[in-house]
Amino acid sequence: MQNQNLSLINKIIDSDIFFSFKKSPTAIISSLILLIIFFCSFFVEIIAPYNPFDPSSLSLMDAFTPPSWSEGGTRNFLLGTDGQGRDMLSTILYGSRISLIVGFSAILFSLILGVTLGLTAGYFGGRYEMFVMRITDVQLTIPSILMALLVDGIARGIISRELHDQMAIYVLIFAIGISEWPQFARVSRAATLVEKNKDYVSASTIIGVSNLMIMLRHILPNILRPILVIGTIGLALAIIAESTLSFLGVGVPPTTPSLGTLIRIGNDFLFSGEWWITFFPAIFLVLLAFSINLLGDWMRDTLNPKLK
Amino acid sequence: MLVVAFVSFSLFTFVGDPINNMVGEETSEKERAELRVTLGLNDPIPVQFVRFIKNASKGEFGISYQLRRPVSELITERLPATLELVFVSAIIALTAGILLGVYTGINRNSFTSNIILGVSLLGVSLPTFVIGILLIYLFSVILGILPSFGRGEVVDLGFWKTGFLTLSGLKAIILPSITLSLFQMTYIIRLVRAEMMEILQTDYIKFARARGISENKIQYRHALKNGLIPVITIAGINIGTLVAFSIITETVFQWPGMGFLFIQAVKFVDIPIMSAYLVFIAFIFVMINFIVDILYYFIDPRIRIKGTE
Amino acid sequence: MSFLKINNLSVNYIMRKETVFAAQNVKFDVSKGEILGLVGESGSGKSTVGNAIINLIDEPGKISEGSIFIDNIDIYKDPKTIKTLRGKKIGIIFQDPQTSLNPLLTVGEQLIETIQTHLSLNKADAKSRAINLLKEVGITDAENRFDNYPHQFSGGMRQRVVISLALCCEPELLIADEPTTALDVSIQSQILDLIKNLTKKRNLAVILITHDMGVIAETTDRVAVMKKGILVEIGPTKEVLGNPKAEYTKSLVSSVPPTNKKINRFNVINKINENDNQVNLKILNRWKKKELNDQNLVEVKNLKKSFHDGIFSESSSKDVVAVDDISFNIKEGESFGLVGESGSGKSTIAKMIVNLFKPTSGEIYFDKVCINKITDKNIMLKFRRQIQMIFQDPYSSLNSRMKVYDIIAEPIRLHNTLIKENELKDYINDLLESVELTKKSADRYPHEFSGGQRQRISIARALATQPRLLVCDEPTSALDVSIQAQILNLLKDLQEQLNLTILFISHDLPVVRQMCDRIAVLRYGKLCEISDTENLFLNPSNSYTKELLHLMPKIESIYETR
Repeated sequence: MQNQNLSLINKIIDSDIFFSFKKSPTAIISSLILLIIFFCSFFVEIIAPYNPFDPSSLSLMDAFTPPSWSEGGTRNFLLGTDGQGRDMLSTILYGSRISLIVGFSAILFSLILGVTLGLTAGYFGGRYEMFVMRITDVQLTIPSILMALLVDGIARGIISRELHDQMAIYVLIFAIGISEWPQFARVSRAATLVEKNKDYVSASTIIGVSNLMIMLRHILPNILRPILVIGTIGLALAIIAESTLSFLGVGVPPTTPSLGTLIRIGNDFLFSGEWWITFFPAIFLVLLAFSINLLGDWMRDTLNPKLK
Repeated sequence: MLVVAFVSFSLFTFVGDPINNMVGEETSEKERAELRVTLGLNDPIPVQFVRFIKNASKGEFGISYQLRRPVSELITERLPATLELVFVSAIIALTAGILLGVYTGINRNSFTSNIILGVSLLGVSLPTFVIGILLIYLFSVILGILPSFGRGEVVDLGFWKTGFLTLSGLKAIILPSITLSLFQMTYIIRLVRAEMMEILQTDYIKFARARGISENKIQYRHALKNGLIPVITIAGINIGTLVAFSIITETVFQWPGMGFLFIQAVKFVDIPIMSAYLVFIAFIFVMINFIVDILYYFIDPRIRIKGTE
Repeated sequence: MSFLKINNLSVNYIMRKETVFAAQNVKFDVSKGEILGLVGESGSGKSTVGNAIINLIDEPGKISEGSIFIDNIDIYKDPKTIKTLRGKKIGIIFQDPQTSLNPLLTVGEQLIETIQTHLSLNKADAKSRAINLLKEVGITDAENRFDNYPHQFSGGMRQRVVISLALCCEPELLIADEPTTALDVSIQSQILDLIKNLTKKRNLAVILITHDMGVIAETTDRVAVMKKGILVEIGPTKEVLGNPKAEYTKSLVSSVPPTNKKINRFNVINKINENDNQVNLKILNRWKKKELNDQNLVEVKNLKKSFHDGIFSESSSKDVVAVDDISFNIKEGESFGLVGESGSGKSTIAKMIVNLFKPTSGEIYFDKVCINKITDKNIMLKFRRQIQMIFQDPYSSLNSRMKVYDIIAEPIRLHNTLIKENELKDYINDLLESVELTKKSADRYPHEFSGGQRQRISIARALATQPRLLVCDEPTSALDVSIQAQILNLLKDLQEQLNLTILFISHDLPVVRQMCDRIAVLRYGKLCEISDTENLFLNPSNSYTKELLHLMPKIESIYETR
């Protein structure tokens, strides 16, 4: 057993993927940044200097404090405070957690739904495939923002207001997830079609392996690469989507603000000079998305054998 | 189209009780029942659907719950603003996108290319509203040269109010259109680049080189022509995306277009506007797809003429 | 005298883990009016040399040493020189006519563009020159076809267009890189004749790059043999092929399946197993060898298969009939061959016999049971165990994400659910040794093996369920000639020792002659002739068969007077 683990690590280190990872400074930097962000969001209760949602810790006297390095700022509030006296750094960390949770869950949902439908469509073909692909095509012409907005709007119509606020996060995850699944379906189907025509699939059929086993054991592992690339980019898109919806006011409820909500709130103060309230959440959001995209880009270039 | 109409219709009928949304709290039960009859809400569903379609094709979508005005009026009022914005953004995105994409595709590893790519990656990571806010801050608050909201003065051409013919109108459209186009532009750049790189490795390019054809001719006549084919489909979808993303831009810049209307509708669960917007959008998309199909037919001879295989 | 002189050419590919020496100190020359063949297996560097002459080597390859003289001009001295020579003095054609032409421009446009690049002619003159060229390469109705797009031409016609493009500016040197490998045998001979005629007519110096010894024998005046970047032997074709001096050339020539007689086994000089002359089949201990009687194991009756053009096409006129009313029988223990060109339906028949496709009509009987009508999965599983297949492409026939152990274990575990792990391990090791692979292979992944080794793994997998019928779909078409000989020997041995029945599908007539007892010839889905092998080759009765035999490139042709 020991030997197997060692050899696995050796294999990873020796592999082409790790080699280009080491060689690419962008990949290393972006993964580092992401790791830090993930870590902070996960352990936010320990790391954040304050809990911005505890009303008792807030004092209006602290409101509108500029960041610590500019005039009027204090060390207590590193990035300044907002209109309610909440510490910017803390709110950003809490907010990024929300953004990450929604983003990840939505993409996971999308991935599972899309890959299942795409794989089966590609494998079985026939009317079923045509049907699934038609839906995919139709939905792909509708931009995802619109889709998410629609789903959210319908949800608001169906569920009462209070319940909606409670369930907002789930609705949001569902809405964004629904808007992104066609991408996964399309890529999965295309990759499945390529694999399906390869002889090893025929060989397994001739041996007598069941369709389900072939799809799980043979096709799925071989189509994971492009799915991973789309997944990473989709994650960035999902996070941006969530922040956009929150910015527009139809995302997470104000009690659990995400980065988008913070930007919206801060926008109102832009003209009166308190730029930091909107600026820092925005930078954080962009940093997050940018790192994910960098990583996704690097992945796409490494995993694509053609573009050398 | 029919599918979308049906979805719109179901929204209308099933989501929430229209009556409740339309009248105030004090209306009695009896009055509500009467209202139902007048509006034909008691008729069987297929009849309602047909009526919906008939009305829709005539441009009637009912009355907005929230604003108490006919929806069709609202839409025609706002439509020009959105269309003008989308038009300008599309041109910016496509021209810049294709030019830069071709450049980075041909000069794969040059310094400039890498910079352009880095910026494009940044562009994809910047949500549209952040770009908008940034631009507003830079040009309106700090530099003060461009307006940060509204459309400027418009000239009334009868059914269309255009902002192109006034200076303030033109000034007003600059920031929003740049904001709107940035996201799409970066996407197009990467797409065109990927296409160009792939084509430049094909056999027929190699064969053309082997016949002594100049590099320039190869890049522009052979490679580009082939590379533009998938870009056309993407361009089509792009315009659709632009229309959708205009929702965000309009909100940031308070641009009085359809997108802004739609957001308010979602917030206040104003069903008639939502369903009307849907139908309109679907119509635009169908038209775009149709045009793209026709373009494809003309550009790719393999579709036009049957082969012998 | 020589038009092309290559001196000490070396080409290197500097990669991450290693440097590949694609060409090492290659030296030869070509005169006008002669065809020099450049022959070798994959990795020999023959294509690299061709690309080096026009300086179009793919990255990261670089010419590290050497010089090339064309008409006494050193073409590497000034990098601009080669650019003026391309198309004007040197023409080159590649293997795949489909991908060599720009699909969006008409053939005429591509011709005119090339002509106007090198010759200063106006459009009208260029056009008439182009049309004459098309006529010269044998395209009928040239005036109209001038305005056609590439996809409107068939494969052979497209290659003719490619040749016309290469010759349109009157080059004096023509490089043909595997020009007929992608074409059917009948088309292949036409294209080769065209090249021979053009060589004489225009006094061209020609380099013909190929792996096919028969083509070399029939087309070239001199031949150079390459192995792993080194020029092993060069001389007049008759001498090099008839009386080879180098060891490698000798083994290469002896691996080529003879077209004029049947031999028992291929004489392969570099064998893996030096001990025995025959393979030690360990699995023989576990194999329940069936006694052979004279029964038909497989009976195919009135088999038909048609494909629809699209999923929802209504009219049956859009149907493509791949297999049209085919009937034949295979006796148990015999080796039966299905021969035909592309589109003949041979692969489709094979896929129906292994139940990958369902026939449109007709029956397939295996051991007297009609297997294409079985609906019960369990009964079907029983039959699947007895019929197995090996495929043409060694790279796609193994799942690159699975270890060899698991690949071979899959059928065993499926059909024998109670087998214990150590028993399984022993069985797999025996299987591997029976195909001449070591036990350690089980722990590796497919990409660590060569093409020939992968085919051995496929064979091991196919034998795992102890099938009675082994269907071989072009099993060696993608392999080098020396590897092919080894694999064919292996199949022969296995068949003999295990009493296997083999259905052998191929387009390569000499191979089929060596491997099969009886042969069926197919054309466009119809059966032309069925007969015993020797009878078919010595006394063909069908006209299509006669034509195929006449056109097939024979290495023995060096002994015929030309």
